[in-house]
Amino acid sequence: MAEENRKVAFICSKGNLDMAYPALIMGWAALGNGIDVTIFFTFWGLDMINKERVDHLQIPPVANTSMKMSMMGVPGNLGIPNVMGVLPGMTAFATKLMKDKIAGLEVPPVREYLQMLVDAGAKLYACKMSVDMMGLKMEDFIDGVIDIVTAGDFMDLTEGAQIVFI
Amino acid sequence: MSTRTIAGKTVQVNEEGFMTNPNEWTTEIAVEIAKEEGIADLTSAHWKVIDFCRQSAAMSGAAPTLRAITNGAGVPTKELFGLFPKGPAKKVAKISGLGKPEGCV
Repeated sequence: MAEENRKVAFICSKGNLDMAYPALIMGWAALGNGIDVTIFFTFWGLDMINKERVDHLQIPPVANTSMKMSMMGVPGNLGIPNVMGVLPGMTAFATKLMKDKIAGLEVPPVREYLQMLVDAGAKLYACKMSVDMMGLKMEDFIDGVIDIVTAGDFMDLTEGAQIVFI
Repeated sequence: MSTRTIAGKTVQVNEEGFMTNPNEWTTEIAVEIAKEEGIADLTSAHWKVIDFCRQSAAMSGAAPTLRAITNGAGVPTKELFGLFPKGPAKKVAKISGLGKPEGCV
């Protein structure tokens, strides 16, 4: 009998642009190496599969101690003061900056990346409790989301998998 | 670094079985490695991918990533994973006589 395939499951709980990518990158790497991939989207992570939200994920510069001016080519540890970060347009600015950096590495946007993962065999599920809380329905999600499942279902679906919480 | 004989030719391979000198690669070697990787027959669709990888590596010096293959060779993701099931990243590179792809996408 063939050896059972290695499995990895990701729980995506964040809807910020920077937190959307870890599961996509690691999931894609896993699929490329022949590892089964399941992704469970919960809480703010539902934004990643929400048709209306997926193209509009953002990164706020406020209270983000790692986002320094060095991203814009200014040397040293100069930060973006929180008081500036709250100004209108600053989140859009930071988001644009990061999207450009991501595109510069030829890394696809979240919607396209998810489609690649689905085409490569990844299984996507939405968390029932979060879906109920946010008043969402199956038709609010991008193609490729298989079902809305409970936390218990997720445990059954990921038996034997390594689980990564993001 | 060690050597092994594939399809009657002795070639250099690393500890993971990837060929280290792309110039030693032949189409017969590709057929043989493909069999070891569970692909009984290399069809024209497989060769389209392999040829692209060879050309890409000849220019860049490294095996292309999966996304570079789908975009560059015009093979959709679903088809690529169908042609080289269970881990196309390593399989394609190995069959093409190249090292592991460098890059995450």
